[in-house]
This record gives sequence, structure tokens and C-alpha cells, in this order.
Amino acid sequence: MFVQQLVNGVSIGGIYALMATGYALIYSLLGFSNWAHGDVAMLGAYIGFLCVAAVKMPFWLSALTALLGAGAISIMNERLAYRRIRRNNAPTMFLMIAAMGLSVTFQNMVIVFLGPKFRTYPPVIPVKSISLGSIKIGVLDMFSMIIVIIAMMLLELLITKTKFGLAIRAASSNMITASLMGINIDFYITLVFLLAGSLAGAGGVLLGLKYTVYPQMGNVSLKAFIASVFGGLGSVRGAIVGAFLIGIMEVFVSGFITSGLRDLFTFGLLIAILLIKPSGLFGIDIQDKA
Amino acid sequence: MSGYVEGVIILIGINIIAVLGVSILTGFTRLFSFGNAGFMAIGAYASAILTTKFNMPFLISLLGGMLMAALISLALGKLTLGLKGDYFLITTLGFGECTRVLIEFLDPITGGARGYAGIPQKTTLLIVLISVALAITVARNLLNSKYGRNLKAIREQEIAADAVGIDTARFKQLSFTVSAIYAGWAGALFAHYYMFITPAMFNLDKSSELTITVVIGGLGSLTGSVIATTVLTLLPEVLRSVANYRMLFYGIAVVLIITLRPNGLMGYKELSASWIKNLPIQVRRMFRCRKEVA
Repeated sequence: MFVQQLVNGVSIGGIYALMATGYALIYSLLGFSNWAHGDVAMLGAYIGFLCVAAVKMPFWLSALTALLGAGAISIMNERLAYRRIRRNNAPTMFLMIAAMGLSVTFQNMVIVFLGPKFRTYPPVIPVKSISLGSIKIGVLDMFSMIIVIIAMMLLELLITKTKFGLAIRAASSNMITASLMGINIDFYITLVFLLAGSLAGAGGVLLGLKYTVYPQMGNVSLKAFIASVFGGLGSVRGAIVGAFLIGIMEVFVSGFITSGLRDLFTFGLLIAILLIKPSGLFGIDIQDKA
Repeated sequence: MSGYVEGVIILIGINIIAVLGVSILTGFTRLFSFGNAGFMAIGAYASAILTTKFNMPFLISLLGGMLMAALISLALGKLTLGLKGDYFLITTLGFGECTRVLIEFLDPITGGARGYAGIPQKTTLLIVLISVALAITVARNLLNSKYGRNLKAIREQEIAADAVGIDTARFKQLSFTVSAIYAGWAGALFAHYYMFITPAMFNLDKSSELTITVVIGGLGSLTGSVIATTVLTLLPEVLRSVANYRMLFYGIAVVLIITLRPNGLMGYKELSASWIKNLPIQVRRMFRCRKEVA
């Protein structure tokens, strides 16, 4: 039972990790929490769903479309709203308000044009489970774990080993200095939004496959956000660790206490972290950013 | 007056009180909160329980709801107001969600997710009008007093406000508690008008709606908040066909306003006699500016 729950927790934690890293990336660069991130994931899930169910595309192509679509929407948010606000030198609160507005817009756009119904993906991945001794792992969970691990490893390589990673690490440390060193800040911010959006899109599709697709599903990203606070806002590695820990904790609370109090525990944990160690697990000093 | 019109006016009044609370917090102190629906829920449930289980007169349960919201905001503020923008916002959001989950969980006391029924209808048009007048007067006097100036100083530059000797922690707490009291007040009136409340009425969307109304009315303007609340509450009543698109329009409006005209409808200005007198001059000046730019 215990190990089984642990496996379930890791599987949901992985999906949180996909969203939490995007949050962390954007926070580390722009210093604000992008509330619309979860809704980008939701739109990604819908794009994937529509491609599979309505257009009848093969699953891999639909998933790819969902990733690119979510990335494009994420870039659009940055281009149309956030960039303008940054140019105005407006307070950070305005960025958060804009993000809230975008989140409300996307949710209601889907409600108005596609309806508030819960939808399920057609069975693109077999609903079977593999038994390892007494533990059962669903094929879908396995698949999503592999995707998460590959994505996280690529992200880690991207940030630590490439020129792109160096540029965004420099920019997150000090944007003005970085731009003086010849880094095209706007270009890299666009790339980061593309990356974060695509990761969110992947998270959305996996979440949609595991459960259902509905307009408010983006609210799940609150958990991802808590995960990135837990790991230290702005720290990608922290976000990954935080996401897994939160996923495991949620499964344990619903499994051993009661599912009604699951969210209470998660938010209670959030408040406790902020009171005890607001910088989170990995957010110790500036060098640790990104 | 027909019951329908009366109902709409009561609804506008209740919304105005809740929005004024957010306006003080977000518009005048620049603290962004997602927890005000939670305080509304606390006010609504506390007052409803006082009325039905303890047979208290309406005034006492109204004050009880406000007091409960105030006490909880004091405790929460003590814990969270030291945190910076994003972190504070997340804790208020967590608080709002926790309140909802707890109300659902405490089934024997609150009726759980099914809701709390059987509240007597005690909110009348007169009580709402008096409440609104009182709420506006208190907010205006507060903001024009020394306390209000301190809040605005914190809004403009928290570090500078600290440096000139304003106890920023205390004044942020003041703003947070006043905002919670207003929310509790609105919640109590709401419960005693609709006679039936569920935790889902006070969810994240309600909090967003309150903030959205303040932004559309203009940050830092009480009159803006009042006008925006009136218009936004009337709009779906007058145009029934757009009621489904209501939240979509709100979302788009907020994004447009905050990117293009962050002052909103009435940002940082109040509607007064002198403002109306100066209106023609201002309009002329505005057009002149446009021409010069062109």
C-alpha cells in the first residue's frame, strides 16, 4: 500500500513538475508569478484533445501541436500584455493583475466557445497496468513519467550547458547588466515563454489523459505554483523537487487521512513554508537562480 | 418599486461594500489579495449561524460576522503581511481556498458543500442603503485622514514610507483588516438576503471578480470603484443575452486596461463638484494634447 501510494504520488508529482518549472523560469526572469500559466496548460490540453478527437490526427502529432500551440499562446501573452507593462515601468502588481485577467479570459473563452463540459481523451494509450510484485503501475503513468524525466533532463542540460541557458541565467541575475553584455533580453524572454508554455502544454495533455479536460483544469497549476514556492521561487531544480514532494504528500493525505482535506494540507504546507523559510528549499542565494 | 428592481439595488449595494474593501487594499495600499471572498464567506457563515442557532438580532449577527472577519484577518495578517508581493498574494489565495475547504469539511456546523439553508431574510433595501452610505463615508474619511495618507505613501514607495517613519507593518495590517471587515459585512448582508449560502459562492472567481471591478473602476479611486460596481452589476441584468459572456468581457477588459490605460475609469481621482466643474477644461486640454502630439 505504502509503495503503491508513493508510485501514484510520483506520477502526479511529475505532471506538477512540468508546470512548476515553467513558473520558476518565468519568475526567475521577470520576478512575477504568471497566473495564466495553468490556463496555458489547459489550452494545450484542449488543443491536443481537439486534434485527437475532432481532427483525428495521430496522437504523437496532436501532442506536438498541443506543445507548440501552448508555447505560441504563452508567447502571445508575453508580447501582447507583459512586455507592454514592463515597458511602462509599471509596478509588478500590474503584471499579476494582467495575468489574472488573461487567466479569466482563457477560462471563459473555452466555456463560451467549447462549453463547460468535462471531456475525456479517446483511449490513445492502453488502459492497462504492469505489475511489479505487489505494485501496479499504469501504462499511462509510466508513459508520463518517461516524458517528465526526458523533459526535465533536457531542461537541465539546456540551462546548465548551452548558450541559451547561460544567457537566461545571466538575465535572471541582473537583466540590465546582461543586456549591456549584448544579450538580446526580449528575444530570450520570448524563448523562455515558449519553453515554459510548451512544458505547460505537455503537462496539460498528460493531465487530460490521466483525468479529464475541462475549462477550470488550469487551477491545478496552483499546486505547481506551491511546488515552486516550496522549492524556492525562481529555482528550477527546487521546483522539480517541490513538485514531487507535493504530489506524494497529496496522495498520502487522500489515501491515509481524507481526500476532503487534501487541499487544506497543501495550502497549510504553503503557509508553513512561507513562515519558516520563505526562500524555500533551493532559493538560498542569487547564484542558485534558474 | 417592484421586487426585481429592489433586488438589483440590494445586489449592487452588497457588491459596492465588498469592492470598496478591495479598493482600499489594492487601490490605496497596493496589496493584491485573492482572499476577500474567503472573508465574505466567514462573514456570511458567522452571521448566519448567529442568527439561526443563537437567535441573535440582525444587527448583532451583522457585527458578529464583521468581527469574525476582522479577527481572522488580524491573525492572518500577523503571519503573512511581512511577505513580499507574490508571496503575500499566494498566502491570501491559500487562505481563501482553505476557508472554502474547511466550510465544506465542517459539515455539522456549516452544512458542508450542500450549503446552509433557512437563514431568515433580514436584509432590506433600507439597511443596504444605510450600509452603503456608512461604508462610503468611513472609507472616504479613513483615506483622507492621516492613516489614509500613510496607506498611499506605502502604495507609492514602501521603503520611502518606512524611511520617513511610517510603521508600514501596522498600516498594512490596518488596510488588510478594514478590507476584511468590509468583506465580512458584505457577506453577512448577502447571507441574510439570499437566505441560502454555499461555499462555492465564495470561490476564487468571486475574489477575482472583486479585484477586476476595482481595476476597471480605476486603482486608487473610491468613486471609480462605486461606478464600476454599479455598471458591472447592472450590465448582465440589462443585457440578458450577454450574461454568458460576462466574465469573458471582464477578463479582456482587465488585460486591455492594465496594459493600455492602467488608471482605469477614474484612476487616482475622485468624482466631486470641482471635478465636474473642471471637466470641460480637462476634456479640452486632453484634445489639445492629442493634437500637439499628432
